[in-house]
Amino acid sequence: MSLAVVRVDDRLIHGQVVVGWGQPLGLGFIALVDDKVRSSGWEQDLYRMGVPPGIEAIFASVDEAARRYDDWVKDARIGLVLTGDIDTLIALSDKVPKLRRVTLGGIHHKPGRSERLRYVYLTADEVAQLRELAKRGIEVVAQDVPTARAVPLAEFAK
Amino acid sequence: MSNSLRGVVVSHAGLAQSLVTAAETISGVAGALVPVTNEGCDGGSLKARIGEAIGDGPAVVFVDLPGGSCLAGAVRIARDQGRGIAVVTGVNLAMLLDFVFHRDLPPAEAAQRAVDAGGRAIRIPPA
Repeated sequence: MSLAVVRVDDRLIHGQVVVGWGQPLGLGFIALVDDKVRSSGWEQDLYRMGVPPGIEAIFASVDEAARRYDDWVKDARIGLVLTGDIDTLIALSDKVPKLRRVTLGGIHHKPGRSERLRYVYLTADEVAQLRELAKRGIEVVAQDVPTARAVPLAEFAK
Repeated sequence: MSNSLRGVVVSHAGLAQSLVTAAETISGVAGALVPVTNEGCDGGSLKARIGEAIGDGPAVVFVDLPGGSCLAGAVRIARDQGRGIAVVTGVNLAMLLDFVFHRDLPPAEAAQRAVDAGGRAIRIPPA
């Protein structure tokens, strides 16, 4: 099969990912790329609690994800790769040149960020980072759930 | 009742507020439950919101789903504070109605009691 989505969501594995994407796409695995969670057994247990039988939760550091990315693409199951922030996404994309499309699914308000979409808040630096990704040929869209329209970067990063 | 447990209900969207309103309406007990929504929050801000709702005393945190952002925030608070906070998942109205009348128990006991009460309410009635 292939990876269905490479998603950025600061809530990591949560209902919208597991149910909103997991059910309609028939996900077989979710690969959470996060150095902090990768090094914390109890956090992995916590996130695993929200994953139903039939979906494997994989926890990987950025380096591990870069090494395993091809295997995930070739996996017979449908997969979703998840990062919690744009910095991690960029670190992953630097090591995985074949990454061609990313979806912003939930980046919430923090000081310095302004609202771009109901579920996407970005600082000016983060907008610049995403534009840089686009210049490298990576399609950047925002889409919280599969039934919503995928909004191109140009529409929400003005 | 100043040493009574506080119940904090954490949910997606407006579910927590609706559960608290319903529990207060049915029980007549006001102020025992505090609703928290995850609307518009990342992990850090949701954790802060839950912490504010808990306050300084012992509490049971009722979470809607057995996974996800609400649970993650509640468990992180319980681990960080390391005192008198129990977490229950799968919140329903029946467990809240039982809880508001048993807030003199230690948090772990109140949590177990809530789980039992909530579980007993899930049935298939005879047709």
